[in-house]
Amino acid sequence: MKFVFPLWSAAMLALTTALPAAEPIKVGEIASLTGKEAAFGQSSHKGTVLAVEQLNAAGGVLGRSFELLSEDNQSKSGESATVARKLLSREKVVALLGEVASSRSLEMAPIAQRAKIPMISPSSTNPKVTEVGDYVFRVCFIDPFQGTVMAKFAKETLKARRVAVLTSVSSAYSVGLAKYFKERFAADGGEIALEQKFTEGDKDFKAQLTAIRAAGVDAIFVPGYYTEAALISRQARELGLTIPLFGGDGWEAPQLIEIGGKAVEGTYYSTHYSPEDTAPAVQAFVAAFRARWNGETPDAMAALGYDSALVLADAIKRAGSTEGPSLRDALAGTKGFAGVTGTTNMDPARNASKSAVIVTIKDGQFKFVQSVAP
Amino acid sequence: MTEFLQQLVNGLSLGAIYALIALGYTMVYGVLRFINFAHSDVFMVGAFAGLYLAPLAHAGSILGGLLVTGGAMLAASLLGVAIERLAYRPLRHAPTLNVLITAIGVSCLLQSAGQLVFGAAPRSFPVIFPARALSVGGLDFSSNQVVVLVFAAALVVGLRLIVFHTRMGAALRAVSQNPRAARLMGIDNDVVIRFTFALGSALAGAGGVLYAVNYPTIDPLMGVLPGLKAFVAAILGGIGSIPGAALGGLLLGLVETFVGGSEYSTYKDAIAFALLILFLLFRPAGLLGKSRIEKV
Repeated sequence: MKFVFPLWSAAMLALTTALPAAEPIKVGEIASLTGKEAAFGQSSHKGTVLAVEQLNAAGGVLGRSFELLSEDNQSKSGESATVARKLLSREKVVALLGEVASSRSLEMAPIAQRAKIPMISPSSTNPKVTEVGDYVFRVCFIDPFQGTVMAKFAKETLKARRVAVLTSVSSAYSVGLAKYFKERFAADGGEIALEQKFTEGDKDFKAQLTAIRAAGVDAIFVPGYYTEAALISRQARELGLTIPLFGGDGWEAPQLIEIGGKAVEGTYYSTHYSPEDTAPAVQAFVAAFRARWNGETPDAMAALGYDSALVLADAIKRAGSTEGPSLRDALAGTKGFAGVTGTTNMDPARNASKSAVIVTIKDGQFKFVQSVAP
Repeated sequence: MTEFLQQLVNGLSLGAIYALIALGYTMVYGVLRFINFAHSDVFMVGAFAGLYLAPLAHAGSILGGLLVTGGAMLAASLLGVAIERLAYRPLRHAPTLNVLITAIGVSCLLQSAGQLVFGAAPRSFPVIFPARALSVGGLDFSSNQVVVLVFAAALVVGLRLIVFHTRMGAALRAVSQNPRAARLMGIDNDVVIRFTFALGSALAGAGGVLYAVNYPTIDPLMGVLPGLKAFVAAILGGIGSIPGAALGGLLLGLVETFVGGSEYSTYKDAIAFALLILFLLFRPAGLLGKSRIEKV
């Protein structure tokens, strides 16, 4: 028995040295896993994890597997910058994936840019995010497009002539989307009757909604996130407002229906993908996601989180390296990449141009309405 | 005119909740001369107690709703007493600043523990009172807003009765005026302080449930903003004064609502707080507070 231990450790040594010098590719992910927008962070995170697991099961890229280092920013401002610095300086990640919310992506972006490490936001739609620098990318469409889609939808499908806008002034996403919507809607001959504001964390919107009621409008555009959208819908119905409410991809989370209940019936929003899409790639993704995460149906944030990791892997493969500058060039050259949220082409401003989907809520379920091409 | 009246209703129902929380701040301050920053987190725990009690108490009827609210008040008051016993009593003779810092510590502890126990994601709050949309002469409101107003009024009246018409209330006022003299008269200060925390925290618990009834998403950090506003309301009304806290709460709710419904809605909080500063410049003791000359 005496010789067993040295032998065993010698075997271990041989085993570790025998393995190729394939260190895993470290990828940092920053998401709101807890806090106010936890539904987004969790969805996006689950999509990213699934993508990394599938990539590793298929042997990784360049003979190396992926190691995903996920950090939570608790949906708080200020946290994303701190964890981004930590991932870059301590963990030496080759790329950063995240965030969902534009405000928080804007915190990470300058740090990634300075370190010359590519960052891919899965679903931040505010144009400012990629304007930070040439190392910042995204795999979703941007708000000017989303604003245009919803302005057209309000005019053509909702037949609205006078619209009120209820904006969250502390969210870059909300302010941006409201701006593009208003510009487009006014340019198409519609009238923005009034714009009311609130700040993140507000729960009482009756003051603003009462003013909106007095203005007599045909519909209310709410470019905010799901918690607020649900509360706003409820309070609008309590004030006797029966006009449609509609918003952007910030609405997409099961909590919208859970909190909003009957009040969100007949509301609309634009988003990136629908699990009802019959394309084989989408159905394969939906099946894999359900198998991995206890039967949960992936929403748009999950699909974009998934695509963000695959776009990165594709770029690493084409670059043949994980060095910042060459990886950046490969990402910028992404063309015709077929993901579950449609085909990704990076435009010169490092934004993906893709089609949008409009969804409504009917009988407590999300229902696909129409798809709008760019 | 309808819009004005509607905003009045909105403002009053928001202000009533601020008033309920403000009462707890003001009571503790009246007796112990320090701001109990953990109060806003007791409010949060009250809301979560309501969430967990709702399925047990057949919520959805008036009786069920009252049971849930009563249970949450009980839970909150137990928590308040525990906080007082564990965190504040050992510091009874320490400088006020030490107690104040401890209060901030307890507040952080409750928020973090809340995220651990209840989870950090917002939860939706069930319907515990029968909800109905009411419409009277062009004014639309939900029955829940009425519930909040009635509850707040009843609790304020009840509190006044306790403070002015019971022996315990007399003891409470005595300790508030002069703790040492009160002890010489045979009052057990610890019992009075414990009672103050139990009562104040029960009001916060009720406030938590009523807030959640009207704004049905709750999370462990939900107490921060209303807590801050209620604190301001207590100062506005004159800290230490019970009717002052109620009045301050209503006033703050109204100001916030009227500014929020105007074209200056962006500056809602800024205007509300600017008014407060202006007001305190001219009346430093608040609406109903009495200026006291502090001997050094």
